[in-house]
Order: sequence, then structure tokens, then C-alpha cells
Amino acid sequence: MTEPRQRHLLGIAGMSREVALSLLDTAKVFLEVTRRPVRKVPTLRGKTVLNLFFEASTRTRTSFELAGKRMGADVVNISASTSSTTKGETLHDTVATLDAMHADVVVIRHSASGAPHIVAQRSRAAVINAGDGMHEHPTQALLDAFTMRQHLGDDLSGKVVAICGDILHSRVARSNALLLPLLGARVRLAGPRTMLPHRARDLGWEVYDRIEPALEGADVVMMLRIQRERLGAALFPSLREYSRVWGLTGQRLALARPGALVMHPGPLNRGVEIAGDVADGPHSVILPQVEAGVAVRMAALYLCAGESGPPTAQE
Amino acid sequence: MLWERPVAAPPLPRTVELLVFRGVRALDPASQLDAVVDVVIERGTITRVGPGAAEGLLGVEGAQLVDGTGKWLLPAFVDLHAHLREPGHEYKEDVHSGLNAAAAGGYAHVCVMPNTRPVNDTRAVTELMVSRAREHGGPTLHPIGAITKGQQGQDLTEMAELRDAGAVGVSDDGVCVMSAAVMRRALEYARNFDLPVIQHAEDHTLTAGAHMHEGVVSAQLGLKGWPRVAEDIIIARDVLLAEYTSARYHAAHISTFGAARIIAEAKSRGLPVTAEVTPHHLLLTDGAVVGYDTACRVNPPLREEQDVAALRRALADGTIDAIATDHAPHSPLEKDVEFAEASPGMMGLELCFGLLVQLVGRDGLTLARLVDAMSQAPARVIGIEPPRIREGARAELTLVDPQARWIPAERRLQTKSLNSPFLKSELGSKILMTLAHGAIVFDEVGATT
Repeated sequence: MTEPRQRHLLGIAGMSREVALSLLDTAKVFLEVTRRPVRKVPTLRGKTVLNLFFEASTRTRTSFELAGKRMGADVVNISASTSSTTKGETLHDTVATLDAMHADVVVIRHSASGAPHIVAQRSRAAVINAGDGMHEHPTQALLDAFTMRQHLGDDLSGKVVAICGDILHSRVARSNALLLPLLGARVRLAGPRTMLPHRARDLGWEVYDRIEPALEGADVVMMLRIQRERLGAALFPSLREYSRVWGLTGQRLALARPGALVMHPGPLNRGVEIAGDVADGPHSVILPQVEAGVAVRMAALYLCAGESGPPTAQE
Repeated sequence: MLWERPVAAPPLPRTVELLVFRGVRALDPASQLDAVVDVVIERGTITRVGPGAAEGLLGVEGAQLVDGTGKWLLPAFVDLHAHLREPGHEYKEDVHSGLNAAAAGGYAHVCVMPNTRPVNDTRAVTELMVSRAREHGGPTLHPIGAITKGQQGQDLTEMAELRDAGAVGVSDDGVCVMSAAVMRRALEYARNFDLPVIQHAEDHTLTAGAHMHEGVVSAQLGLKGWPRVAEDIIIARDVLLAEYTSARYHAAHISTFGAARIIAEAKSRGLPVTAEVTPHHLLLTDGAVVGYDTACRVNPPLREEQDVAALRRALADGTIDAIATDHAPHSPLEKDVEFAEASPGMMGLELCFGLLVQLVGRDGLTLARLVDAMSQAPARVIGIEPPRIREGARAELTLVDPQARWIPAERRLQTKSLNSPFLKSELGSKILMTLAHGAIVFDEVGATT
């Protein structure tokens, strides 16, 4: 029997700068791999990766699946549409079942905040959080930082990143607000008051209820997807008004530093949080973000399941 | 019978012809008694209290002697707020296991909330609870009937009949009576029968889907927030309604500094308003939720330092009348799940005094006030005879070893459910013996003759 692994990737909270930088540097090597004619290395041959998705996701699941396959791991996708309660199964039983399958890594996406943490407390497999509720999405933040480093240079010290939209419900915003300061960048969070945490300043966050001051002089502008279901919860009156006040237009983008990057975790609501011409424009690095996603997830799987010793570009 | 079970005569409850506590520190807040005395109980009634009161009785045939040296003798505890889960959820707890837990926790009286299945909104359910408790013979069970049928917040229950069947108050606990009009009528109607209306104060429109206290920690954990103001709004509204109707209003498990302030203001104007607080709201903050420990999911949620501080002060100065456990047993099916899916509540009958005695001497809390808040003050809230240590009173007593330290996880607890974040905590003061309605209902002394 193997010892329980402790090297989970549950969130940016608690991650050291060293681990973050090592992940980002490792991802560079893997990015090169994904650009080869034969995009495969045997690093995780014989390892089993379970993609356990309790919440619908195409992009993240595909990205993890490709990452595992390009490293030679056996990847199994399990879509579980229900939580443990609706099944009448305790989380303990779920974890015991997964352990019995001898998975090396379990990648979990769950609509409940903290679900991967509860699983990790008892799982022998390493757990990677692929997004939990409104809590964290650490590999998304890492791929965002990776993309920034590709375009702005490895040192993000002093860079200003404006994140705009539904901050309260966004795990992407939360993970970025933790990771970017770790790398020296300054984060501004902007959105309607109904979508900012109550007393956000007590969190040490720099928050704005309007987008314009947040954009001023920014090196990176990250727009968050607006969830149409929030409309019903009366967090904003209409898509039209949201777009008019908080949408990223070319005119607003001009407030940012010339050459500023425009990012979006996708999928886009064109014409709502981001104008189509901005999404497709010269500032946009939305597609490079997707490419970076596979490389960063290869690095994450490597961190959690790889043998000791760094990978080499020649591998 | 195909097989025979060995039948042992149940040793408890046990009425003793003559029971003598010798040299015990007896504390009765209602008469400012705090002295080392002998206490003599004959056939369930306290007959003598005083230094040397046991003299001449020690050799009497059938007398039981308890050496009280270094021990405390307190009026037995009264819990205003427990969930014993019967009928409907007996896999979590039932009346018998719940009363065993109450006896082990030093309780002579337990009020039982109506959110059973079916809801206790009819005489049949109230009577079932009472008769199950009579079978048991331990601490006295007092049903709290529902305010509205099915706890739906619309139609009032037959409160006269509930009272005749044994109910001592009404509450839709777990659900707030949201309609001000229904609450007004409930206060007016319950007043006919002298039943306090006990409110679970939560404006559900402000807490839809909420998982924990709204604050910095909820933002960090990505859990949906239950803002303080949702509690304060209801308590403020209800205080106004209680004033308007001159009815008895009791605020269940208050958790915010704002609620304590509103109750204090109401009392300063002489309104018939009372309040209770749970041990966990006096001891834990929302920081305990970090790590997603579902044992810490409770409703109302664990708040912040400033709330805990205000609640402790309000308990010490009497603004908060009573300690209530909100004993809410849940099985792993409800707790070994995602935090967002977990049922709120923690068990507490056996841990309450051992947890709270550690607060004595802090924030102005005296032992006498703690004992009052756990015993006599809650008895006054529901209008039952408060346990007393004086001649002529029925013996309802709790004997405590104040020196003992114990860890719940290391003991066999009586409750069926172990949902508590305090299982590995060190508690003070072990309960050694409990007397209810004159009988011994819990005994770890091994009293000698």
C-alpha cells in the first residue's frame, strides 16, 4: 500500500511563491512539448488520472484530459451530475471507492466550495482542484499568470491587473487575487456592489465599483464571464445595463496602458462583458490562455504524480 | 419466545428513601446560597440544607451517603432548545437516547423542538413525545409545539390543545415566521394560554442558499453568506410586535451583537422579552469553518469575535436569560458531505456545562450567573417551577466534580450522534449525578450507604 500523498493542489491559498514559480517554470517546458509535431512525453506512463467532474465543463475537462494524455497517463473521465447527498452516499464512501481504483491523481470539479478539500483529507490519491463552487480555481489562475509572463516577461512585479465582473461568485477572481500578489503584481477588482464581497476591503482587496478607475494604467485587463442566472437573483437589472456600465469596450480599454493584455477565462458573452472587437483585437490573449491551460495542467499533474527529478526538454 | 434476552432491572431512575450529600458546596442563585453544607433528601424532597444537617442520619438503614468534599451541588439544568428527532429521524436520536444524554449532561428538564416528522403541530405528536419520555422516566420532557401548521408560516396551530397535551411554548424552530401579520396573531393567540412564542430569527429572503456567516471568512472560502442583519431585522420587528401585543416573546439562539443590543433595549423598557444563547455561539467564531468542517455548520451560523464578546457580556449581565444547547444530532449521512449540502446543527446536551464552566471568571461571568442561566432562568422562561436547593423543594440537582477534566471522544456518550467540533477538546467539570423529579436519573458516583 502506498503512503497517503500530501502533495495536493487544492488552491492558491497556502501555496508558497516558490511552488508557484516552480509550477510556472515547469509549464514552460511542457508548452514546448505541446508545440512539437509529436506532442507526447512518457513522464506519467503507468499513472492513472481520474477526471471527476460533478459540474459540467468542457474546457477545463478537455484541458486536463489532454494534459494527462500528452504525458502518457491513463485518463478516465467521470461525469457525476449529482452531489453525494442526492445519491445518498457519504463523501467518505466516494473517496474510498476512488482509492480502491488506485488512481494516482483525482482531478475534481464541484459546485460545492471545499469539496476537493474534504476529499483530500482522506484520499490516498493526489487531489487537484479543477474549480470548487465560488472558492478557487487554481489552475486557471496559474494559466493566467503563465500567459502574463509569456507576454510581459517573467517578472510580474509592479504589474497592474484589473479583474472586472462578478467578483463575489468568481473562483477565478479569488484564485487570481491570491496568486498575482504572490508574484508581485497588484490586483484591482471591479464590479457592481452587488457582486463584490461584503466588506471586501477587510480582505485586503483593492476594489472599485466602476470599471474606469480600475482600468487606468492597467497592464492586464481580465474580464469575467457574467452568469446570466444572476439576473434572476436580482444582482443586476439587465444585460443591457451591465454591458453599458461594466462592459469592456475599445473606448474603455484605451484607459489601460498601451499594449495592455485583454484576458477572459471563457466562455465569452460577446457584447455583454466584452465587446466582440476587443475580444478579437490585437490586445486579446484569450486563445493563448487556452493553450497555456494544457501546459499548466501538465505541470500540475507532474507536481502531484510525477517521480522525483525535473523533466527536461529532451525527454 | 425463541430466545430470551437477559433482563436486568433498569437501575435508573431510582428514588432513594434517604439520600445525603455531605460537605458539598451548594449553590442556589435564587436564594444567593453559596456555602459548604449538608443536603438531605427524603423520598425525592429536600428536607434539610445546612451545615451539620446530616448529623444523626448517617447510620440510618437504607440511607445513601455521597461525600461532597470538593464537589458542587447545583440546581439541575433546564434546556430550552433540544432536537430529540423522534418521531421521524430516530436514526439520529430518539427520546430515550436524548434523555439519557440530557441526564448525563446534568439536565432535569428538556424542551423539545417541533421540527420532527411529522411536525409537532398536533396533540397526537405532543402526546407521543410525552409518553415516550414517561416510559423512560429520566429528565422531564417539555414539548414545544409549532406556531403554524407544518411550520409553514401560515395557519396557527391549535395551541390550547397543544398546551393541554403538555406543550410549554410554541416555535417554528428552524423556520422563521416571516409574515409580520402571522407573527402578530401568534403572539396574541399564544397569550391566551400563557405560552411564550419562541422565534428562530432569520429573514429567509436575506439568507437564501446561505452556508455560513457573511464576512471575511465566507468571502475567502467561497461560501454564501448569512448576514447578521437577517437576524437583527426579525428580532427588532418581533420586539415591536411583542410590545404592541403585550405578549411573551423569546428569541431563540441569538448570535449577533445587534440582537443582544436590541434585546437589552427591549428589556430596559420593561418588555416581556427573553433570549437564549448556545454554547457554540459563545465559544466559536466563523474561523472554525476554515477547512470546511461540517460539524461547524450551524444555523444561525458561527459569527465573529465582536459577536462572541457581545454575547458573553450579555450573558454575564443577564440581557441573555438562558443557555440553550440547540442539541441537534445528525448522522454521517447529513454531515459527511459537501459543506454546502451538510445539515446545520451540532449535538450538545452532554458537553454544555463542561464547555461553559471554562468561561467563568471571564467577561464578568460568575458561576452563579452561569448556573442561573442553565437552570432557573430557563425554567422561568417556560413557566415551570425552577429547580431549587432549599427545604421543601423537589430534588432536582446536579452534582459536579469541578476538578475533573475530560475529553468527549474518550468517553462513551449517550447521544446517538457525534456531530460536534468539541469531540477532541478538553472540557472542565464532570457531571457525577443528576436528580430529576426527585429521582436519580444519572449516577457516576456509586453512592455508598
